[in-house]
Amino acid sequence: MTESASATAPTTRAASDSGALLQVTDVKTHFETDRGLVRAVDGVSFTLERGKTLGIVGESGCGKTVLSRSIMGLLPKRGVVRSGSIVFEGRELTDLGPKEMREYWGAQMSMIFQDPMTSLNPVMKIGKQITESIRQHLDVTKEFADELAINLLNSVRIPEPEARMKEYPHQLSGGMRQRVCIAVALACGPKLLFADEPTTALDVTVQAQVLDLMAAQQRERYMAMVLITHDLGVVAGRADEIAVMYAGRIVEKAPTSELFSNMKMPYTEALLSSIPKLEDATHTRLATIPGRPPDLVNPPAGCKFAPRCAYAQDRCREEEPPLIEEKPGHMYRCWFPVGTPEGAAALERNKREGVVAAVALAQAETL
Amino acid sequence: MPERPPETALVGEIESPEEQIVEESIEGGLLGQSAEIEAGAVIAGGEGRRRKAGLGFGAWLAIGWLVFIVLIAVLAKTGILTWGDPEESFGECARKGPFADEGTADGFLLGCDSNGRDMIPRLALGAWTSLLVATGAIVVGFVIGGLLGMLAGYFGGKQSRIGGVIAGAFVGAVFGIIIGGVIFAVAIGLGDVLAGVLGGVLGAALGGFAGWRKGDLDTYLTGIFNVMLSIPAIVLALSLTAFLLGSAEEAAQGGGLPPELVLIIAIGVVSIPLVGRIARASALSWAQRDFVLAARAQGAKHARIMVRELLPNVLPAMFSISLLGIAIAIVAEGTLAILGVGVRPPTPSWGNIIALDRGNLFKSPHIVFEASLLIFLTVLALNFLGDVVRSRFDVREGGI
Repeated sequence: MTESASATAPTTRAASDSGALLQVTDVKTHFETDRGLVRAVDGVSFTLERGKTLGIVGESGCGKTVLSRSIMGLLPKRGVVRSGSIVFEGRELTDLGPKEMREYWGAQMSMIFQDPMTSLNPVMKIGKQITESIRQHLDVTKEFADELAINLLNSVRIPEPEARMKEYPHQLSGGMRQRVCIAVALACGPKLLFADEPTTALDVTVQAQVLDLMAAQQRERYMAMVLITHDLGVVAGRADEIAVMYAGRIVEKAPTSELFSNMKMPYTEALLSSIPKLEDATHTRLATIPGRPPDLVNPPAGCKFAPRCAYAQDRCREEEPPLIEEKPGHMYRCWFPVGTPEGAAALERNKREGVVAAVALAQAETL
Repeated sequence: MPERPPETALVGEIESPEEQIVEESIEGGLLGQSAEIEAGAVIAGGEGRRRKAGLGFGAWLAIGWLVFIVLIAVLAKTGILTWGDPEESFGECARKGPFADEGTADGFLLGCDSNGRDMIPRLALGAWTSLLVATGAIVVGFVIGGLLGMLAGYFGGKQSRIGGVIAGAFVGAVFGIIIGGVIFAVAIGLGDVLAGVLGGVLGAALGGFAGWRKGDLDTYLTGIFNVMLSIPAIVLALSLTAFLLGSAEEAAQGGGLPPELVLIIAIGVVSIPLVGRIARASALSWAQRDFVLAARAQGAKHARIMVRELLPNVLPAMFSISLLGIAIAIVAEGTLAILGVGVRPPTPSWGNIIALDRGNLFKSPHIVFEASLLIFLTVLALNFLGDVVRSRFDVREGGI
C-alpha cells in the first residue's frame, strides 16, 4: 500500500497542476476468449476537466461501453486483461481493489445505463432505490434520505415526487424511468457521470428532454460527464469535446465545433453523412458505411477502418497511422485526411477505380 | 435514382438476398405466428390478471383445505380440542370400518385401526407429524438450497480463487468421505471413522486444489447439486434416515435424535438441490440485469446486492417450488414409513398409519384409504397452489 501511495504521489501533483478531474492514459482492455484475445479497448487516452462533457461516438462494438466500464472498474476480473493508467482527482484508480473502489462508485463517479427498463429493480420502490446509495455513502437518517430523494425527483422534473417514491418502476413510463435512473445516479453528488447511450431506448420525443435535463443537472453541479452515443447528433450541441472511437481506439478527437467544421477522419465523415438530413428530398436513400466493424480478435493490419474507407490507399492497408495532433486539441489517425489535397487525391483515385466505399460516398453526395 | 455501379450492388446485397429470404420466411411463418400467439397470450394474461382480482375458486378451495388440515393438526397437537386419545385401544373394535354393522364401531366415525384405536385422533395427530416433517424439511431445503443457489447464480463465473477453494474443498470432502471412506475401509481395513476422516481430508485437499486452479463457485455448487440429484432421492433419504436414527437399541434407551428431526434433515437434504437449482437459475438470470450492475456502480456490496436486489426477485420462484416440495415431502415421509424408517409408533403420522396397516388392505381397507385420501387431498391442494403462485408471479419480460 505504501509503495503504491508513493508511486501515485508524482501523478497527484501533475494532475492537480493541470486541473484535470480524470486523466486516462493508454487504457487497454482485452478479453480472453476461446477465439483469442478480443481487443475491446486498445490504447485510449484522454483528459476530462471538471464541468466539461466528453462525447464518445462510434458504432456498436467499437468499445465505447467497455471503455466506460473499464474506467469505472466495473468489469469482471476474470478473463480481462487491463493496462494503462486512470487517474481520478490525482489518485490512480487501477491500483485500487473493489473495497476502495466502492468509495468512488456512486459517491464520486456514477453511471446511467442505456435501458431504463432493466436498470431499475422491478420489485423495489422508487424511493428505496434512490435512498439505498444515499444511506450507504452519506451518514444520514432515513427521513433525511427520503427528503433528499424527493428533492432529487423534483430536480429531475418528476411530478408528485412524494407519490412516486412509493411506486414501482413498472408504474412509470420509459422517460420517467430514465429520469429516476438519473436521480439514482446523481443521488450522492458524483463528480463524474458516465451516460452510456442514455437516450437510445427512449422515444425520440423524450430524448431531447432527458438530454436537456442531464445538461441542466451537469451545469448545476459542475459535474464532468462522459456521454456515450452512436449518434453524432446527440453530442453535437452538448459535448465540449468529441472523441470518435473505432475498433477500440480513438480515431479522431477534437473540440465539438472544430470536429464538425474541420473533420479529418474519413470515419467521422462517414458517420456524419449517415445521419439523415432534413433538407433531403423524401425517400432519399440513407447513406451507409459499407461493411462491418472489424473483428477485434484479428484486426486488419494497417488502419482498422481501411477496408471500409473511401479514401483508403495501399499505405493505409499496410501501415497503421499514428494519432497525430495537427492543431492543439485536434487529433486524428489518418494518412489521407478529409479536406486535404492528399485526401482529395486519394478519394478521386478510389472513385476512378470504383472502390465501393468511395462510390457510395459519391452517390450520397450527389443525391 | 441513378444507375448503381455493380460494386455497390455487390457489397450492399452480398449477404442480404439469402438473409432476407430466411428472415422473411421466418417472420412470415413461424415468427409471425408465435409473435401473434405471444401477444395474444400476454393480452389474455393481462386481462385474466385484471379480471381475477382474487385467486379463483380452486385456489380458495385449496387454501381452505390446507387451513383446515393445519388447524386440526395444531389443535390435536396442543390438545386444545381432542377427538379422543389417539393411543387408547378398544380391542373389540379392531379393524372395524366406519360402516361396520356388527360390533361396536358406531362411536367411531372413521372406524378403528388394527389395534382398535380410533382413527380420528390418530389422523389428526398424524397430520401434525406429517406436516411438521414436510414443512421442516422444505425449510431446510429452502434456506440452504436457496443460499447456495443464489451464491452460485450470483457469483457464477465471477468469484476468483477463494470461493472456488472453499466450494472445491467442500465437494472434495463430501466425496472423499463417501468414496474414500469406502475404499479405505474395505480395501485396507481401516476403522469406519478413520477411513472417513482420511477420505475426507484427501478429498478436501484435491477439491481445494481444483478450486484454486479453476476458481469458480458456480461450477462446484452446480456439481454438488447434480451429484445429489443423481443419487435416487428415496435411496439417499432412506440411508440418511437409517444412519441418523441409529440402532433400535439406542432408541429404546432414549438415545439418538428424535425421529421427526431425523426425517426433517433427511428429506431436507434431498430437497436442497431441487430448491438450489431453481434459485441458481433464477438468480443467474436476474444477476445479468443492468440494475445489478447499476447497484454496483452505486457502490453496493455483494451481500447487499444479493439480499436487497436479487432475493426479492428470486423468492417467488423459490416459494412456488417449495409448495410443490412440501407435497413431495409428505409423500416421501409416507414412503419412508412404508419402507420401515421414520416416525416410531405409537406416535402416528399419515405415513406410519398406512405402513402399520398395509397388511390389512383387503380386510379393512378404510385404514389405509383414509390416510391416503388425506395425503392425496393435501398434496393436490399444495400442487394446485404452487401452480397458482408460479403463474401469478411468472412475470414476462415485456410485462415489467
